[in-house]
Amino acid sequence: MSALPARVRDTEAPQPRTGADPAPSRPGRSPRRAARARLQVFRVVVLVLTGAFFLIPLLAMLDFSTRVFGGPGRTGAAWRLLVTDPLLRGSILTSLVLSLLTVVGMLVLLAPTLIWVRLRVQWLARTVEFLCLLPLTVPPLVVIVGLTNVTLWLSYLFGDTAYWLAFLYVVLVLPYAFRALDAGLAAIDVTTLAEAARSLGAGWGTVIVRVIVPNIKTALVSASFISIALVLGEYTFASLLNFETLQVAITQQSKSNAQESVAASFAAIAFAALLLVGLSFVSGGRRGGRTVSPAPTPSPVATGSGPGQPGAGQPGAQQSSPSPSSPGEPR
Amino acid sequence: MTTAASPAPTAAVRGATAARPAAGPPRRRLPVGRLLAALGTVPFLAYLLVFLVVPTLTVVVGAFVQDGRPSLSVVRDLAEPAVSAALLNSVALSAVTALVGGVVGALLAYAVVTGPADGLLRRLVISVCGVLAQFGGVTLAFAFIATLGISGVLSVWLDAHLGTALTSSTWLFGLEGLVLVYSYFQIPLMVIVFLPALDGIRVQWREAAENLGASTWQYWRLVALPLLTPAFLGSLLLLFANAFAAYATAAALVSQGNPIIPLWVRAALTSEVVLGHQNFAYALALEMIVIVALVMTGYSLLLRRTSRWLG
Repeated sequence: MSALPARVRDTEAPQPRTGADPAPSRPGRSPRRAARARLQVFRVVVLVLTGAFFLIPLLAMLDFSTRVFGGPGRTGAAWRLLVTDPLLRGSILTSLVLSLLTVVGMLVLLAPTLIWVRLRVQWLARTVEFLCLLPLTVPPLVVIVGLTNVTLWLSYLFGDTAYWLAFLYVVLVLPYAFRALDAGLAAIDVTTLAEAARSLGAGWGTVIVRVIVPNIKTALVSASFISIALVLGEYTFASLLNFETLQVAITQQSKSNAQESVAASFAAIAFAALLLVGLSFVSGGRRGGRTVSPAPTPSPVATGSGPGQPGAGQPGAQQSSPSPSSPGEPR
Repeated sequence: MTTAASPAPTAAVRGATAARPAAGPPRRRLPVGRLLAALGTVPFLAYLLVFLVVPTLTVVVGAFVQDGRPSLSVVRDLAEPAVSAALLNSVALSAVTALVGGVVGALLAYAVVTGPADGLLRRLVISVCGVLAQFGGVTLAFAFIATLGISGVLSVWLDAHLGTALTSSTWLFGLEGLVLVYSYFQIPLMVIVFLPALDGIRVQWREAAENLGASTWQYWRLVALPLLTPAFLGSLLLLFANAFAAYATAAALVSQGNPIIPLWVRAALTSEVVLGHQNFAYALALEMIVIVALVMTGYSLLLRRTSRWLG
């Protein structure tokens, strides 16, 4: 990467005093070196401070959940409760099933639509994109307020079960899943693939299921991972509709056993982190060293990160780059 | 009627008074094929209609209805002192956390960008930020309760060693606490949205400035900062909307009172009648929509501005 040294250079910036004039005529390089040293100090300080800010609460959770109050030593009692406490165990199961249903619903609804739009209905592309990203602008809290009638119908049709929450969660994960799938589709030449298959006699169904879908496997996996992570962390819908999902159970449990809640929280974070890091490997693995394209389109910005659910960024950041940096990805 | 004599396509544009030819052959075929193909998107559109568009419209309409007839009385209740104080708190909370998250996040992003472009550090920070930006909600609240709560690990340690009084303070469960806790997901979000803008700064611009005799300070003041400003402001707006709409963290942390608007929505939803109105949740939700929509509009305007140079 020839850009490297240069990039490092243009970073003396935050210290305006550095080598006040970069007088190119002067042979001595020491002002530059001093500037670089200062930059290194700046980087280390920032990274250490923010690192501490992010790490301390996580470590504190580990410590808190294994502490013996009023005595020395450690205990794994709170962690054992994750499996033995029926409320928590049931809620974990509910959340896992919900995330599975959401993934299925999302894939069935979104993947064929996006492929179809690219193949045949290009003129609807903007509308579909707008609709997919709309949940970022409408806070989940607002959706739940307006959904009263719909939820009445859902509980009438499906009974008093948490599982129909998956219908609402599909909308919740839509923007994130959309970005993953859209990036995956942008990375392959959908039209050519479809024309080739059609000229060999394939019908539209075959084109989608046996030609396009295998080519966007990575994107499908990414979309599923991010959906699972979001559903496992979802609290707003479940708590306001009084369903005992994982997050709701964690809050309920905190009143009787704070350690158990903290242990469950940590487990939930760890699992979500695994999923999301796995996602970055799935989507970043094929790119080799080319993580940085010179000017990645600011599509994580462009599409808008999420108000509502904190953080839209990651799938966007991870996903947006495949298109510019590796045009012919899976093929 | 000159139309019949002039089949040229420009005729329709030129002659505003002329009646358009009834059957333009190339126009005829398209809509049918188009509409048939568009049928494929109907399930998707219908789904979103039911689960996203209708709820939003329900809120907008419901806010102006009282006892089955149009009325402004529900919306007027937003001016109630307690509610408007909550709105003020919400805005202040969002603004402060956006600023804190924005500045710290930009510094962190800068520290990352100045490192090797495909180094381990960069990958690590981006991955971690991706996870942490998602890490809102209940789990985050408990992370901070375990750290700085009444029996939190850090509270106990600080009280023992520095003589603070954190173990007997409930500051974490008020607005100050929310500022700290929100920063935990605002900073990583800032890193993620601001990094592409920093990446977009070209080395050549720096070199060009130097060739023209600019000092480092001049380069930053006259070139880099003006280029980055729209991206930075846009990111701040995004962070603002993010904090304004956040609910779960506050809901898990704050159990007494309704200091911010999302918690008023909770109160209005769970207790049916607030301030004597059944529809009050609609009015509150409308208020949230309006503010978030305004902020997001500003965001997308700034974004367009950003992409002019840093795209």
